[in-house]
Amino acid sequence: MKEIKEKHSLLMRWTHWVNFPVLAIMIWSGLFIYWANDAYGISIFGFSLIKFFPQWFYQYFHIPHRLAEGMAFHFFFMWFFAINGLLYIIYTLYSGAWRELVPKRNSFREAWQVLLYDLHIGKTTPPQNKYNAAQRIAYTAIILMGAGSLITGLAIYKPVQFFWLCWLCGGYHLARIFHFALTIGYVLFFMVHIIQVILAGWNNFRSVISGFEVVESEASISKKETEKLPENGTGEQKED
Amino acid sequence: MEPENKKKTKAPLTIEQKIKRRNFISFGAFFALSGGAFAGWKWLLDAPNETPGITAGTRKPLRKALNKTELFFRNLFSNKHLAKTYPKERAVKNVRVNGLIGISDDKNFDASTWKLEVEIGLAKPMHIGIEEIMALPRTEIIFDFKCVEGWDQIQHWAGVKMKDFIAHYGLNELAEKGYMGLETPNGRYYVGLEKDSVLHPQTILAYEMNGQPLSINHGAPLRLIIPVKYGIKNLKRIGKMYFSSARPRDYWAKRGYDYYSGL
Repeated sequence: MKEIKEKHSLLMRWTHWVNFPVLAIMIWSGLFIYWANDAYGISIFGFSLIKFFPQWFYQYFHIPHRLAEGMAFHFFFMWFFAINGLLYIIYTLYSGAWRELVPKRNSFREAWQVLLYDLHIGKTTPPQNKYNAAQRIAYTAIILMGAGSLITGLAIYKPVQFFWLCWLCGGYHLARIFHFALTIGYVLFFMVHIIQVILAGWNNFRSVISGFEVVESEASISKKETEKLPENGTGEQKED
Repeated sequence: MEPENKKKTKAPLTIEQKIKRRNFISFGAFFALSGGAFAGWKWLLDAPNETPGITAGTRKPLRKALNKTELFFRNLFSNKHLAKTYPKERAVKNVRVNGLIGISDDKNFDASTWKLEVEIGLAKPMHIGIEEIMALPRTEIIFDFKCVEGWDQIQHWAGVKMKDFIAHYGLNELAEKGYMGLETPNGRYYVGLEKDSVLHPQTILAYEMNGQPLSINHGAPLRLIIPVKYGIKNLKRIGKMYFSSARPRDYWAKRGYDYYSGL
Protein backbone atom coordinates (compact mmCIF):
# COMPACT_ATOMS: atom_id res chain seq x y z
CA MET A 1 0.00 0.00 0.00
CA LYS A 2 1.08 3.50 -0.72
CA GLU A 3 1.40 5.99 2.05
CA ILE A 4 1.90 9.75 2.23
CA LYS A 5 4.87 10.76 4.28
CA GLU A 6 5.39 14.42 5.09
CA LYS A 7 8.92 15.57 4.31
CA HIS A 8 9.52 19.29 3.76
CA SER A 9 7.63 22.06 5.52
CA LEU A 10 6.03 24.86 3.53
CA LEU A 11 8.55 27.43 4.70
CA MET A 12 11.48 25.25 3.78
CA ARG A 13 10.09 24.75 0.29
CA TRP A 14 9.24 28.42 -0.08
CA THR A 15 12.69 29.70 0.92
CA HIS A 16 14.35 27.02 -1.21
CA TRP A 17 12.59 28.14 -4.37
CA VAL A 18 12.84 31.86 -3.67
CA ASN A 19 16.55 31.42 -3.16
CA PHE A 20 17.00 29.89 -6.59
CA PRO A 21 16.14 32.92 -8.81
CA VAL A 22 17.51 35.40 -6.28
CA LEU A 23 20.87 33.67 -6.18
CA ALA A 24 20.89 33.48 -9.97
CA ILE A 25 20.37 37.25 -10.16
CA MET A 26 23.04 37.85 -7.53
CA ILE A 27 25.57 35.80 -9.49
CA TRP A 28 24.61 37.44 -12.78
CA SER A 29 24.82 41.00 -11.45
CA GLY A 30 27.87 40.16 -9.36
CA LEU A 31 29.71 39.22 -12.53
CA PHE A 32 29.12 42.69 -13.96
CA ILE A 33 30.75 44.13 -10.87
CA TYR A 34 33.60 41.65 -10.99
CA TRP A 35 34.31 42.34 -14.63
CA ALA A 36 34.80 46.07 -14.06
CA ASN A 37 38.23 45.13 -12.79
CA ASP A 38 38.97 41.53 -13.67
CA ALA A 39 41.66 40.91 -11.12
CA TYR A 40 41.80 37.17 -10.66
CA GLY A 41 43.89 34.92 -12.82
CA ILE A 42 47.45 33.77 -13.03
CA SER A 43 50.08 36.25 -14.01
CA ILE A 44 53.84 36.14 -13.90
CA PHE A 45 55.88 39.35 -13.80
CA GLY A 46 52.85 41.34 -14.78
CA PHE A 47 51.95 39.26 -17.82
CA SER A 48 48.64 37.58 -17.38
CA LEU A 49 48.74 33.97 -18.51
CA ILE A 50 45.25 32.94 -17.60
CA LYS A 51 42.24 35.11 -17.07
CA PHE A 52 39.46 33.57 -15.08
CA PHE A 53 36.88 33.93 -17.81
CA PRO A 54 37.41 33.04 -21.47
CA GLN A 55 37.28 35.77 -24.11
CA TRP A 56 33.94 34.80 -25.65
CA PHE A 57 32.33 35.30 -22.26
CA TYR A 58 33.38 38.94 -22.22
CA GLN A 59 32.20 39.52 -25.74
CA TYR A 60 28.86 37.90 -25.14
CA PHE A 61 28.05 40.04 -22.11
CA HIS A 62 29.78 43.23 -23.42
CA ILE A 63 31.36 43.61 -20.05
CA PRO A 64 33.03 46.96 -19.41
CA HIS A 65 29.86 48.99 -19.69
CA ARG A 66 27.65 47.24 -17.23
CA LEU A 67 29.14 47.99 -13.81
CA ALA A 68 26.42 50.47 -12.86
CA GLU A 69 23.72 48.06 -13.93
CA GLY A 70 25.34 45.22 -12.00
CA MET A 71 25.58 47.30 -8.84
CA ALA A 72 21.99 48.48 -9.09
CA PHE A 73 20.71 44.92 -9.38
CA HIS A 74 23.12 43.53 -6.79
CA PHE A 75 22.20 46.13 -4.15
CA PHE A 76 18.50 45.60 -4.75
CA PHE A 77 18.40 41.82 -4.65
CA MET A 78 20.81 41.59 -1.73
CA TRP A 79 17.82 42.44 0.46
CA PHE A 80 15.86 39.46 -0.83
CA PHE A 81 18.84 37.17 -0.50
CA ALA A 82 19.44 38.28 3.09
CA ILE A 83 15.81 38.25 4.22
CA ASN A 84 15.11 34.88 2.61
CA GLY A 85 18.21 33.35 4.16
CA LEU A 86 17.50 34.76 7.60
CA LEU A 87 13.92 33.56 7.43
CA TYR A 88 15.13 30.05 6.63
CA ILE A 89 17.73 29.99 9.39
CA ILE A 90 15.35 31.37 12.02
CA TYR A 91 12.71 28.85 11.02
CA THR A 92 15.17 25.96 11.05
CA LEU A 93 16.35 26.86 14.53
CA TYR A 94 12.86 27.58 15.85
CA SER A 95 11.23 24.41 14.50
CA GLY A 96 14.09 22.16 15.48
CA ALA A 97 14.58 21.11 11.86
CA TRP A 98 18.27 21.83 12.29
CA ARG A 99 18.60 18.48 14.03
CA GLU A 100 17.95 16.71 10.76
CA LEU A 101 20.34 19.01 8.98
CA VAL A 102 23.58 19.51 10.85
CA PRO A 103 26.25 16.82 10.49
CA LYS A 104 26.57 14.33 13.30
CA ARG A 105 29.74 12.89 14.72
CA ASN A 106 29.70 9.95 12.32
CA SER A 107 28.49 11.94 9.31
CA PHE A 108 31.92 12.54 7.93
CA ARG A 109 32.72 8.83 7.93
CA GLU A 110 29.33 7.92 6.49
CA ALA A 111 29.62 10.57 3.80
CA TRP A 112 32.35 8.46 2.18
CA GLN A 113 29.98 5.51 1.98
CA VAL A 114 27.40 7.75 0.34
CA LEU A 115 29.93 8.98 -2.15
CA LEU A 116 31.12 5.48 -3.02
CA TYR A 117 27.55 4.29 -3.26
CA ASP A 118 26.56 7.15 -5.56
CA LEU A 119 29.55 6.45 -7.76
CA HIS A 120 28.52 2.78 -7.89
CA ILE A 121 31.71 1.67 -6.19
CA GLY A 122 30.41 0.89 -2.72
CA LYS A 123 27.94 -1.88 -2.12
CA THR A 124 26.56 -1.07 1.31
CA THR A 125 23.54 1.20 1.32
CA PRO A 126 24.33 4.07 3.64
CA PRO A 127 21.68 4.99 6.21
CA GLN A 128 19.27 7.62 4.97
CA ASN A 129 16.95 9.57 7.18
CA LYS A 130 15.55 12.83 5.90
CA TYR A 131 19.05 13.67 4.76
CA ASN A 132 21.94 11.28 4.48
CA ALA A 133 25.39 12.05 5.82
CA ALA A 134 26.64 13.65 2.61
CA GLN A 135 23.52 15.76 2.33
CA ARG A 136 23.88 16.89 5.92
CA ILE A 137 27.39 18.09 5.22
CA ALA A 138 26.58 19.66 1.87
CA TYR A 139 23.42 21.45 2.97
CA THR A 140 24.94 22.74 6.17
CA ALA A 141 27.95 23.93 4.20
CA ILE A 142 25.79 25.77 1.70
CA ILE A 143 23.94 27.57 4.50
CA LEU A 144 27.24 28.60 6.06
CA MET A 145 28.41 29.73 2.62
CA GLY A 146 25.29 31.84 2.28
CA ALA A 147 26.04 33.48 5.61
CA GLY A 148 29.62 33.92 4.46
CA SER A 149 28.51 35.67 1.29
CA LEU A 150 26.34 38.01 3.28
CA ILE A 151 29.12 38.83 5.72
CA THR A 152 31.89 39.26 3.15
CA GLY A 153 29.46 41.16 0.94
CA LEU A 154 28.70 43.64 3.71
CA ALA A 155 32.40 43.93 4.47
CA ILE A 156 33.10 44.97 0.87
CA TYR A 157 29.98 47.10 0.60
CA LYS A 158 30.62 49.21 3.73
CA PRO A 159 34.26 48.69 4.74
CA VAL A 160 34.35 51.94 6.70
CA GLN A 161 31.06 51.58 8.52
CA PHE A 162 31.34 47.81 9.00
CA PHE A 163 35.06 48.12 9.77
CA TRP A 164 34.83 45.27 12.30
CA LEU A 165 33.26 42.97 9.74
CA CYS A 166 35.94 43.89 7.26
CA TRP A 167 38.57 43.14 9.89
CA LEU A 168 36.87 39.83 10.66
CA CYS A 169 37.09 38.87 6.99
CA GLY A 170 40.81 39.56 6.94
CA GLY A 171 40.59 42.97 5.32
CA TYR A 172 38.99 44.46 2.26
CA HIS A 173 41.00 42.59 -0.29
CA LEU A 174 40.64 39.17 1.31
CA ALA A 175 36.91 39.74 1.81
CA ARG A 176 36.60 40.29 -1.93
CA ILE A 177 38.43 37.06 -2.68
CA PHE A 178 36.26 35.14 -0.22
CA HIS A 179 33.14 36.67 -1.69
CA PHE A 180 34.20 35.58 -5.15
CA ALA A 181 35.36 32.11 -4.07
CA LEU A 182 32.03 31.47 -2.34
CA THR A 183 30.26 32.24 -5.59
CA ILE A 184 32.37 29.68 -7.40
CA GLY A 185 31.39 27.30 -4.60
CA TYR A 186 27.69 27.90 -5.27
CA VAL A 187 28.10 27.16 -8.93
CA LEU A 188 29.86 23.88 -8.18
CA PHE A 189 27.28 22.98 -5.54
CA PHE A 190 24.50 23.74 -7.96
CA MET A 191 25.90 21.43 -10.62
CA VAL A 192 26.24 18.51 -8.21
CA HIS A 193 22.85 19.33 -6.69
CA ILE A 194 21.09 19.14 -10.06
CA ILE A 195 22.73 15.82 -10.94
CA GLN A 196 21.76 14.38 -7.56
CA VAL A 197 18.18 15.57 -7.94
CA ILE A 198 17.95 13.88 -11.32
CA LEU A 199 19.44 10.68 -9.93
CA ALA A 200 17.21 10.72 -6.86
CA GLY A 201 14.17 10.70 -9.07
CA TRP A 202 10.66 12.01 -9.19
CA ASN A 203 9.49 11.21 -5.65
CA ASN A 204 12.34 13.19 -4.20
CA PHE A 205 11.87 16.13 -6.54
CA ARG A 206 8.16 16.28 -5.90
CA SER A 207 8.72 16.48 -2.16
CA VAL A 208 10.45 19.85 -2.55
CA ILE A 209 7.33 21.18 -4.26
CA SER A 210 4.49 19.27 -2.61
CA GLY A 211 6.13 18.61 0.70
CA PHE A 212 5.47 14.88 0.87
CA GLU A 213 6.89 11.61 -0.34
CA VAL A 214 5.00 8.50 -1.30
CA VAL A 215 6.30 5.42 0.44
CA GLU A 216 5.31 1.79 0.26
CA SER A 217 4.04 0.53 3.59
CA GLU A 218 5.17 -2.75 5.18
CA ALA A 219 2.73 -5.08 3.47
CA SER A 220 4.08 -4.88 -0.04
CA ILE A 221 7.56 -3.61 0.55
CA SER A 222 9.43 -6.91 0.37
CA LYS A 223 7.95 -7.85 -2.96
CA LYS A 224 8.39 -4.45 -4.58
CA GLU A 225 11.81 -3.73 -3.24
CA THR A 226 13.36 -6.75 -4.87
CA GLU A 227 12.05 -5.65 -8.22
CA LYS A 228 12.83 -2.00 -7.87
CA LEU A 229 16.17 -1.63 -6.18
CA PRO A 230 18.60 -2.54 -8.97
CA GLU A 231 17.41 0.15 -11.37
CA ASN A 232 17.06 2.86 -8.73
CA GLY A 233 20.41 4.51 -8.12
CA THR A 234 20.15 6.55 -4.96
CA GLY A 235 17.42 4.55 -3.30
CA GLU A 236 13.88 5.69 -3.11
CA GLN A 237 13.17 3.05 -0.52
CA LYS A 238 15.41 4.74 1.91
CA GLU A 239 12.83 4.84 4.68
CA ASP A 240 12.64 1.83 6.89
CA MET B 1 -7.53 17.43 6.48
CA GLU B 2 -10.57 16.55 4.41
CA PRO B 3 -13.57 18.86 4.62
CA GLU B 4 -16.50 17.40 6.52
CA ASN B 5 -19.19 17.81 3.87
CA LYS B 6 -17.20 15.78 1.40
CA LYS B 7 -17.45 12.76 3.57
CA LYS B 8 -21.19 13.04 3.69
CA THR B 9 -21.71 13.03 -0.03
CA LYS B 10 -18.77 10.99 -1.26
CA ALA B 11 -16.73 8.12 -0.06
CA PRO B 12 -13.46 9.20 1.65
CA LEU B 13 -10.65 9.83 -0.78
CA THR B 14 -8.35 6.98 -1.52
CA ILE B 15 -4.64 7.43 -1.08
CA GLU B 16 -4.22 7.76 -4.82
CA GLN B 17 -6.79 10.54 -4.93
CA LYS B 18 -5.17 12.34 -2.00
CA ILE B 19 -1.81 12.22 -3.72
CA LYS B 20 -3.27 13.51 -6.94
CA ARG B 21 -5.10 16.28 -5.18
CA ARG B 22 -2.13 17.52 -3.21
CA ASN B 23 0.07 17.31 -6.27
CA PHE B 24 -2.41 19.35 -8.25
CA ILE B 25 -2.61 22.06 -5.61
CA SER B 26 1.09 22.35 -4.90
CA PHE B 27 2.26 22.12 -8.50
CA GLY B 28 -0.44 24.57 -9.52
CA ALA B 29 0.73 27.00 -6.87
CA PHE B 30 4.35 26.38 -7.83
CA PHE B 31 3.81 27.16 -11.50
CA ALA B 32 1.58 30.13 -10.74
CA LEU B 33 4.22 31.62 -8.44
CA SER B 34 7.01 30.83 -10.91
CA GLY B 35 5.02 32.59 -13.60
CA GLY B 36 4.51 35.53 -11.27
CA ALA B 37 8.20 35.67 -10.44
CA PHE B 38 9.12 35.52 -14.11
CA ALA B 39 6.63 38.27 -14.94
CA GLY B 40 8.13 40.37 -12.15
CA TRP B 41 11.61 39.82 -13.51
CA LYS B 42 10.50 40.70 -17.02
CA TRP B 43 8.82 43.83 -15.70
CA LEU B 44 12.03 44.88 -13.99
CA LEU B 45 14.17 44.14 -17.04
CA ASP B 46 11.87 46.15 -19.29
CA ALA B 47 11.19 48.89 -16.74
CA PRO B 48 11.69 52.33 -18.26
CA ASN B 49 14.68 54.38 -17.22
CA GLU B 50 14.23 57.13 -14.69
CA THR B 51 13.49 60.62 -15.93
CA PRO B 52 16.94 62.16 -16.35
CA GLY B 53 17.62 64.80 -13.73
CA ILE B 54 20.20 64.84 -11.00
CA THR B 55 20.41 61.09 -11.47
CA ALA B 56 19.84 59.17 -14.66
CA GLY B 57 20.71 56.07 -16.60
CA THR B 58 19.15 53.31 -14.56
CA ARG B 59 15.77 51.63 -14.40
CA LYS B 60 13.23 53.53 -12.34
CA PRO B 61 12.55 50.83 -9.73
CA LEU B 62 16.26 50.16 -9.29
CA ARG B 63 16.97 53.85 -8.71
CA LYS B 64 14.24 53.89 -6.12
CA ALA B 65 15.85 50.93 -4.41
CA LEU B 66 19.27 52.60 -4.49
CA ASN B 67 17.84 55.76 -2.92
CA LYS B 68 15.98 53.83 -0.24
CA THR B 69 19.08 51.79 0.53
CA GLU B 70 21.05 55.03 0.83
CA LEU B 71 18.60 56.37 3.40
CA PHE B 72 18.69 53.11 5.30
CA PHE B 73 22.46 53.13 5.62
CA ARG B 74 22.68 56.87 6.27
CA ASN B 75 20.27 56.49 9.17
CA LEU B 76 21.87 53.33 10.46
CA PHE B 77 25.45 54.52 10.69
CA SER B 78 27.00 57.25 12.68
CA ASN B 79 29.26 59.70 10.93
CA LYS B 80 32.00 59.05 13.44
CA HIS B 81 33.49 55.89 11.94
CA LEU B 82 36.95 56.49 10.63
CA ALA B 83 38.50 54.78 7.66
CA LYS B 84 41.43 52.59 8.67
CA THR B 85 44.77 54.36 8.37
CA TYR B 86 48.19 52.87 7.70
CA PRO B 87 51.83 53.69 8.41
CA LYS B 88 53.56 55.79 5.77
CA GLU B 89 55.72 52.91 4.51
CA ARG B 90 52.65 51.08 3.32
CA ALA B 91 51.67 53.80 0.86
CA VAL B 92 52.34 53.02 -2.81
CA LYS B 93 54.87 55.00 -4.83
CA ASN B 94 52.95 54.81 -8.10
CA VAL B 95 49.52 56.13 -7.33
CA ARG B 96 47.08 54.89 -9.91
CA VAL B 97 45.45 57.40 -12.23
CA ASN B 98 42.13 55.99 -13.31
CA GLY B 99 40.35 58.83 -15.01
CA LEU B 100 41.08 62.25 -16.44
CA ILE B 101 37.55 63.48 -17.04
CA GLY B 102 37.37 67.22 -16.50
CA ILE B 103 41.17 67.47 -16.53
CA SER B 104 42.48 66.22 -19.86
CA ASP B 105 39.76 68.08 -21.74
CA ASP B 106 40.53 71.41 -20.07
CA LYS B 107 42.92 73.03 -22.53
CA ASN B 108 42.46 76.51 -21.07
CA PHE B 109 43.46 75.58 -17.58
CA ASP B 110 46.13 77.86 -16.14
CA ALA B 111 47.54 76.66 -12.84
CA SER B 112 49.13 80.03 -12.10
CA THR B 113 45.82 81.87 -12.05
CA TRP B 114 43.81 79.10 -10.40
CA LYS B 115 41.63 80.06 -7.48
CA LEU B 116 39.00 78.04 -5.70
CA GLU B 117 35.62 79.60 -6.28
CA VAL B 118 33.19 79.22 -3.39
CA GLU B 119 29.59 80.24 -3.93
CA ILE B 120 28.16 81.86 -0.82
CA GLY B 121 24.66 82.75 -1.84
CA LEU B 122 23.66 86.30 -2.63
CA ALA B 123 27.07 87.85 -2.37
CA LYS B 124 29.77 87.49 -4.97
CA PRO B 125 31.59 84.16 -4.77
CA MET B 126 34.77 83.88 -2.78
CA HIS B 127 38.04 83.24 -4.62
CA ILE B 128 40.69 81.50 -2.57
CA GLY B 129 44.27 80.96 -3.72
CA ILE B 130 46.30 77.84 -3.02
CA GLU B 131 48.74 79.67 -0.70
CA GLU B 132 45.86 80.68 1.51
CA ILE B 133 44.67 77.08 1.68
CA MET B 134 48.17 75.81 2.40
CA ALA B 135 48.43 78.28 5.28
CA LEU B 136 45.59 76.46 7.05
CA PRO B 137 46.37 73.59 9.47
CA ARG B 138 47.87 70.75 7.48
CA THR B 139 46.76 67.17 7.96
CA GLU B 140 47.89 63.85 6.46
CA ILE B 141 46.10 60.66 5.75
CA ILE B 142 47.32 57.26 4.57
CA PHE B 143 44.33 55.09 3.79
CA ASP B 144 43.09 52.42 1.42
CA PHE B 145 41.64 54.23 -1.59
CA LYS B 146 38.81 52.15 -3.06
CA CYS B 147 37.66 52.31 -6.63
CA VAL B 148 34.12 51.41 -7.56
CA GLU B 149 35.63 49.10 -10.19
CA GLY B 150 37.05 46.96 -7.43
CA TRP B 151 40.74 47.81 -7.07
CA ASP B 152 42.15 49.43 -3.98
CA GLN B 153 45.45 51.04 -3.11
CA ILE B 154 47.02 52.46 0.03
CA GLN B 155 47.74 56.11 -0.71
CA HIS B 156 49.26 59.01 1.14
CA TRP B 157 47.67 62.45 0.89
CA ALA B 158 47.97 65.74 2.71
CA GLY B 159 45.93 68.91 2.81
CA VAL B 160 43.45 70.71 4.96
CA LYS B 161 40.48 69.07 6.62
CA MET B 162 37.29 70.13 4.90
CA LYS B 163 35.83 70.78 8.34
CA ASP B 164 38.63 73.21 9.20
CA PHE B 165 38.35 74.88 5.82
CA ILE B 166 34.62 75.41 6.26
CA ALA B 167 35.07 76.75 9.78
CA HIS B 168 37.91 79.06 8.74
CA TYR B 169 35.90 80.70 5.98
CA GLY B 170 32.73 80.95 8.03
CA LEU B 171 30.79 78.51 5.86
CA ASN B 172 29.32 76.50 8.73
CA GLU B 173 25.83 77.75 8.22
CA LEU B 174 25.94 77.03 4.49
CA ALA B 175 27.32 73.55 5.17
CA GLU B 176 24.24 72.81 7.23
CA LYS B 177 22.16 73.02 4.06
CA GLY B 178 22.61 69.32 3.48
CA TYR B 179 24.74 68.95 0.39
CA MET B 180 27.94 70.23 -1.17
CA GLY B 181 28.64 70.32 -4.88
CA LEU B 182 32.13 70.33 -6.36
CA GLU B 183 33.14 70.83 -9.99
CA THR B 184 36.26 70.95 -12.09
CA PRO B 185 37.09 74.42 -13.52
CA ASN B 186 35.56 73.50 -16.88
CA GLY B 187 32.51 71.92 -15.25
CA ARG B 188 32.93 68.62 -17.12
CA TYR B 189 33.26 66.53 -13.95
CA TYR B 190 31.18 67.22 -10.90
CA VAL B 191 30.18 65.48 -7.70
CA GLY B 192 27.55 65.89 -5.03
CA LEU B 193 28.17 64.95 -1.41
CA GLU B 194 25.90 64.87 1.58
CA LYS B 195 26.75 66.93 4.65
CA ASP B 196 27.84 64.07 6.93
CA SER B 197 30.51 62.92 4.52
CA VAL B 198 31.70 66.45 3.82
CA LEU B 199 32.15 67.13 7.54
CA HIS B 200 33.71 63.74 8.20
CA PRO B 201 37.02 64.28 10.04
CA GLN B 202 38.99 62.43 7.32
CA THR B 203 37.64 64.39 4.39
CA ILE B 204 40.36 66.70 3.13
CA LEU B 205 41.12 69.21 0.43
CA ALA B 206 44.40 67.71 -0.67
CA TYR B 207 47.34 69.57 -2.25
CA GLU B 208 50.06 66.98 -1.60
CA MET B 209 50.58 63.36 -2.55
CA ASN B 210 53.46 61.35 -1.07
CA GLY B 211 54.83 64.59 0.41
CA GLN B 212 55.01 66.33 -3.00
CA PRO B 213 52.68 68.86 -4.59
CA LEU B 214 49.94 67.15 -6.60
CA SER B 215 50.79 66.23 -10.17
CA ILE B 216 48.51 67.41 -12.93
CA ASN B 217 47.07 63.92 -13.44
CA HIS B 218 46.26 63.63 -9.76
CA GLY B 219 44.30 66.84 -9.78
CA ALA B 220 46.71 69.72 -9.14
CA PRO B 221 46.46 72.13 -7.52
CA LEU B 222 43.64 70.99 -5.22
CA ARG B 223 41.54 67.86 -5.12
CA LEU B 224 39.11 66.13 -2.83
CA ILE B 225 40.07 63.11 -0.73
CA ILE B 226 37.07 61.57 0.92
CA PRO B 227 37.84 58.11 2.37
CA VAL B 228 34.21 57.33 3.18
CA LYS B 229 33.37 57.34 -0.54
CA TYR B 230 34.41 55.40 -3.60
CA GLY B 231 37.04 56.99 -5.82
CA ILE B 232 34.41 58.39 -8.18
CA LYS B 233 33.55 61.05 -5.58
CA ASN B 234 37.17 62.08 -5.00
CA LEU B 235 37.06 64.98 -7.45
CA LYS B 236 40.33 66.11 -9.02
CA ARG B 237 41.21 69.76 -9.68
CA ILE B 238 38.42 71.48 -7.82
CA GLY B 239 37.29 74.67 -9.53
CA LYS B 240 34.04 75.45 -7.81
CA MET B 241 32.42 74.67 -4.48
CA TYR B 242 28.80 75.34 -3.59
CA PHE B 243 26.19 74.36 -1.05
CA SER B 244 22.66 73.22 -1.67
CA SER B 245 19.70 71.81 0.14
CA ALA B 246 18.96 69.42 -2.73
CA ARG B 247 21.30 66.92 -4.33
CA PRO B 248 23.79 68.70 -6.58
CA ARG B 249 24.42 67.21 -10.01
CA ASP B 250 26.77 64.25 -10.03
CA TYR B 251 28.69 62.89 -13.01
CA TRP B 252 28.41 59.17 -12.27
CA ALA B 253 24.94 59.28 -10.71
CA LYS B 254 23.88 60.61 -14.13
CA ARG B 255 25.33 57.49 -15.67
CA GLY B 256 23.41 54.94 -13.66
CA TYR B 257 25.55 54.77 -10.52
CA ASP B 258 24.38 55.06 -6.96
CA TYR B 259 24.37 58.71 -5.87
CA TYR B 260 25.58 57.96 -2.36
CA SER B 261 28.48 55.65 -3.30
CA GLY B 262 29.44 55.57 0.35
CA LEU B 263 31.68 53.10 2.08
